[in-house]
Amino acid sequence: MLRLTGAELTIRLLENQGVTHIAGIPGGFNLPLYDALGRRGTIRHILARHEQGAGFIAQGMARVTGRPGVVFATSGPGATNTLTALADARMDSVPLVCITGQVPLGMIGTDAFQEVDIYGMSIPATKHNFIVRSIEELLRVIPEAFAIAAGDRPGPVLVDIPRDVQVAIAELEDLPAAGAPASIPEPDAQALARAAELMNRAERPLLLLGGGTASPEASEAVLAFMEARRIPAVMSLRGLGAIPHGHELAVGMLGMHGARASNMLVEECDLLMVVGARLGDRATGRLDSFCPKTGIVHIDIDACEVGKLRIPQVGITADAAQALKALLPLLRNTNHDPWLKRVDACKAEHGLHFDRMDEVCSPYGIIRHVADAMHGKGIVSTDVGQHQMRVAQAYPMMQPRQWLTSGGLGTMGFGLPAAIGAALAKPDETVVCFSGDGSLLMNIQEMATAVENHANVKIILCNNEALGLVQQQQDLFFGGRLFGSAFTAGTDFVRIAQGFGMPAYHLNDERDPRAVLEQALANPGPCLLEVRMSAEEKVFPMVPPGAANSQMIEGVNS
Amino acid sequence: MNGSITSALTTLHLSVNNHPGVLSHVCGLFAGRAYNLEGVLVTPEASGDTCRMWLVVKDDGRMEQIVKQVRKLHDVLDVQVGHTEPTVFNRLAGCLEC
Repeated sequence: MLRLTGAELTIRLLENQGVTHIAGIPGGFNLPLYDALGRRGTIRHILARHEQGAGFIAQGMARVTGRPGVVFATSGPGATNTLTALADARMDSVPLVCITGQVPLGMIGTDAFQEVDIYGMSIPATKHNFIVRSIEELLRVIPEAFAIAAGDRPGPVLVDIPRDVQVAIAELEDLPAAGAPASIPEPDAQALARAAELMNRAERPLLLLGGGTASPEASEAVLAFMEARRIPAVMSLRGLGAIPHGHELAVGMLGMHGARASNMLVEECDLLMVVGARLGDRATGRLDSFCPKTGIVHIDIDACEVGKLRIPQVGITADAAQALKALLPLLRNTNHDPWLKRVDACKAEHGLHFDRMDEVCSPYGIIRHVADAMHGKGIVSTDVGQHQMRVAQAYPMMQPRQWLTSGGLGTMGFGLPAAIGAALAKPDETVVCFSGDGSLLMNIQEMATAVENHANVKIILCNNEALGLVQQQQDLFFGGRLFGSAFTAGTDFVRIAQGFGMPAYHLNDERDPRAVLEQALANPGPCLLEVRMSAEEKVFPMVPPGAANSQMIEGVNS
Repeated sequence: MNGSITSALTTLHLSVNNHPGVLSHVCGLFAGRAYNLEGVLVTPEASGDTCRMWLVVKDDGRMEQIVKQVRKLHDVLDVQVGHTEPTVFNRLAGCLEC
């Protein structure tokens, strides 16, 4: 017979789910949970410095492991601070379980101290949410939260636990079984047959790979499928890493800052098979001009994505790996050599080219030199902005779960805490966090968390003393009127990092920046490497917002 | 993405779990995705564990997508689409006029 408080029961149920880390911050209304967590001593707690940081630390863990990340926050401001990380996880389909403290049940609705209706507020930011109204409900809700977070299309789940439920006592014989996602139904055989028929007839087939293919299982199935039938692929931002960079059938990223070749080939293909991608506007450009001449086959695990923006010729609601494995034997070995020749020629002529790659302290040179020093290993996170687009364009992503970026929500401040989470979940890996001065400032307090946990995170700060991507748009589309987007304070990030106890270097001031970079990447633990660059250097090519992908603006990527 | 907006009304007939947040989930979905929700009627079912919910929705060509989104809500147990006139609402309107 077990006699447990609600808080103790919660921790037991988390253990039961195989949870190894929790990122969070304690406060008045989750202290019973913290006391139970501390006394039990089985799960490692990562004390963040802001609940949004905790949310992104948990996301980093989830994105590299594929298992739900866990966040603890107290009621009121602690809970509201998690919302951006939850909304981000929802957009990018990242499994999270966020457990918030709440004022006691009897005080709900009285405007009690640190009371907020986080259940109501988190509805649109989560896949599902719960408020637990009795200790008995915990037995059902916690396993279900994990099953929902990890099931079908993954996402964030919030569980709000009032303080009196945390301190209530229950007696039970045994813990319930761990919650596990329900198995995914087999793809519809008729839809598969119709998709195969279209593929067999196509002379210029092309795949569009999204985040749904960026798991090891899906990646393996995608590669087998592409190689067996010689079908080339473009990737969305979140699909990078699904197949190794430089693969002969990989064209590159499509969309706003993708390769012109990718956007051209989407227009030229006679069948586009979209796999695990939701046709977001940054990828498609103006939707009525996207892939205009042909139908699409759309495979997605979420039935709602099929037909949401574009009615496909064939829609298949299925897991990417499952669908491609089932589809492969139905395909004939058709010859589309002329198309593959065209793809190669288009890649050669309209692929991405970067200048000053030999200079360590240049926007693309720093990416290349980091990649060289990493030898295809390690994990890469980014923040949001010009540096993010450059990394997406130029960093050779080799495998799934290597690439952590805030795609759908585009959250500045994502990079550092996500990198910390990744480093703690994968302690043998080096995690590089490319950031900008605007983004880094949005969660810079997590430098303390990185130092405290000796997280193997290398911050590559691309400092242009501006919101670079904002200035790029102001320059190109607002008559060059740069307003509200310059950082004129001359913030010394190296001293800030050192103040947090983190080794830090101005690479521009080093005699041998390459040697300093290589040494810093090799030394264990966190560090910051600053590279100064000009905000006037833009990211090209670029599709103007709202324009068709065929209307890319060219420029020199220096 | 869809063409002509018609004023045709469709009734969705839902079976949902009965707890205080369910209505927020359903109405939040309609507000968040800019679907037109014209009427809502909710009543508990016999056991009290579930509720029946009728939604009157303006069909602007997105009905299939709306039904898929509603089905995805975890507290929604069943969705039926009724293309006939929203008779429940007509009868209710009659009661309210009395």
